Amino acid sequence: MAVRPLTGNYAVAWGARLSRVKVVAAYPITPQTTIVEKLAQFIESGEMDAKMIRVESEHSALAATFGAAAGGVRAFTATSSHGLMYMHEMLWWTAGARIPVVMAVATRTMGPPWNIWTDHSDIMGQRDTGWLVMMAEHNQEVLDMTIQMFKITEDPRVFLPGIVGLDAFILSHTTEPVDIPEQELVDSFLPPRRQPYVFKAGDPLIMGNIPSSLEENMKMRWDIHRSMEEAKKVIQKVDAEWERLTGRGYGGLTECYRCSDAQYLVAGIGAWVGDMREAVDYLREEFGVKIGVLKVRFVRPFPREDILKWASSVKAIAVFDRSVSPGSAGPLFLDIAAHLMASGTMLPIKDLLAGLTGVDVTYEDIANALLRFVSEVEEMGTVKQPIEWYFGR
Amino acid sequence: MAINIKNLPRKKFVLPGNAACPGCPESMGLRYVGMALGEKAILVIPAGCTSVIQGLAPGSGLGFPIVNVPFASSDAVAAGLAAAKEVVGEDAVIVVWAGDGGTADIGFATLSGAAERGDNVIHICADNEAYMNTGIQRSSLTPFGAWTTTTWTGKRERKKDVPLIMLMHRIPYVATASIAYPTDFIEKLRKAASIKGFKYIHLHAPCPVGWRFDPAKTVTVAKLAVQTGMWILFEAENGRIRLSPPSKPYADKSRRKSLEEYLKLQGRFKGITEEGIRALEKMVDENWETLLKLIEATS
Repeated sequence: MAVRPLTGNYAVAWGARLSRVKVVAAYPITPQTTIVEKLAQFIESGEMDAKMIRVESEHSALAATFGAAAGGVRAFTATSSHGLMYMHEMLWWTAGARIPVVMAVATRTMGPPWNIWTDHSDIMGQRDTGWLVMMAEHNQEVLDMTIQMFKITEDPRVFLPGIVGLDAFILSHTTEPVDIPEQELVDSFLPPRRQPYVFKAGDPLIMGNIPSSLEENMKMRWDIHRSMEEAKKVIQKVDAEWERLTGRGYGGLTECYRCSDAQYLVAGIGAWVGDMREAVDYLREEFGVKIGVLKVRFVRPFPREDILKWASSVKAIAVFDRSVSPGSAGPLFLDIAAHLMASGTMLPIKDLLAGLTGVDVTYEDIANALLRFVSEVEEMGTVKQPIEWYFGR
Repeated sequence: MAINIKNLPRKKFVLPGNAACPGCPESMGLRYVGMALGEKAILVIPAGCTSVIQGLAPGSGLGFPIVNVPFASSDAVAAGLAAAKEVVGEDAVIVVWAGDGGTADIGFATLSGAAERGDNVIHICADNEAYMNTGIQRSSLTPFGAWTTTTWTGKRERKKDVPLIMLMHRIPYVATASIAYPTDFIEKLRKAASIKGFKYIHLHAPCPVGWRFDPAKTVTVAKLAVQTGMWILFEAENGRIRLSPPSKPYADKSRRKSLEEYLKLQGRFKGITEEGIRALEKMVDENWETLLKLIEATS
């Protein structure tokens, strides 16, 4: 093992390389670009035994990745923002075809106007496609999850594609010390490629023609949903196995920081979970607020059971969303609120819409918003405004 | 190597249970693809008539391995598939079977990208000159003057010349073909399969439903397209263009049948005026002139 300074994007590239990806197809877009640049360098220097298809668009990037994977090899792509939206159709196709592939998404806001900074509009827009969607907090997690995602998606109980998300610039272009595992370790962890079927010459297999039964077609959607439920177990198991090998475990679908005695929770996804940890430390030390961070690692499958467990002993939850469904609320809030309600857990829950379009959010911002939230609940037993836009102090 | 129809494989790749219309040129074309490439072909098929022709899942009316894919993705999926087959060392011929929309319109950027990269793929454009599967809407390959459900008084623009555009991609093999000349098409397919890189074959496929002619006359109409010079059969190996035997006589304009003979069989040209026919004729002359000059320049 070797600890090296790596940007989030290089951590992704190392993850793909160590996973022995055989075909990479990608189209450049800021802030994802340095992932494919690095992979091209690995491949051209012979350090990585793979083919690179330098496609003419993101739609083709995922199409070629799907084609290679359907042809029987491990395939990888990466994109951001408009690129992800452009390939959106292919996300549905890849998941519907039950072809496991892994994609990194360096999350970036959507235009107009042109804006390269992070928010989660792009990745959250893929929740319904049938892909596993996770977001990393730091670059080590980025590398580890790129490798883990191959194992999770290629598990016969899952057989669905998966996204590893990392915030633009905050992770993608920020250098952190990252432990790069040995190839032998990854080889012992990651079995040879498994997938439900492979297109081969002479074997007249057909995929995707018009169904004779709509009920069977609906059952295919149901099966994706069931596999998502199964994926929860696989994610836990794979995480535990990785922890045994590397000493690094992430708690599976969620991690709860300082939650054992917490009366309040703040929930979030991605890099700013790190800021939430700091904010919680600060609130505990300075104000004696018993608050913990609920780090939601997987958006799909949604960790309903974990959320219910962590929420069962608290008074209220604040959710930070870095994207919004205009006319409704932030998607993380909606998922958490819906699943809590559906299980009969009634508690005040507040959506804080912050950091959209890349607006910087510091731990002080988070602490400030949380302090107001806590005092509101303390005073009134509820929140004044369940959905609040936070533009900074 | 002349192809004798008697020596072609007997195995059928277009099976009972397919959902092609009577007189469908695509099912003819697919039969020839089977005869030419046999067990080696893996078909990538975007949305279009063949999405329907292949029949209902979980069955299949075609004997090929088939990856159905979204409209604009076929050549990229094929590129990935070809890369995978190279990695695993499998002897497969990756074929994109797309219509005029999947080739010249919604699929065009993907086609151009794969051609420029030289992905090891044969792209066949089964050109029925409109979006037939959605109900006869015009495409960029619909000829001037033709009625469609989005050009009720006849299309005002001329047909895009995709084979020449593909030629200018400097790919190793470009050919045109017609469902009326199966041995010519089969020969071209086999040649394409023997060449590494991106290959393009544009198959003229008259559609009785969309062109409004008697389904018994698909081959007659296809033949007339060649005999009137409306459709020119040629191939280009490494940029060197040659007229294919069925089209050779028609380099001489005087030997071409009159355009009216072709048009009058088709309801889609019912409303075309005398002036329209002359304009179409001029386009045919121009196409020949360009091609003959290119043949001279590349020989």
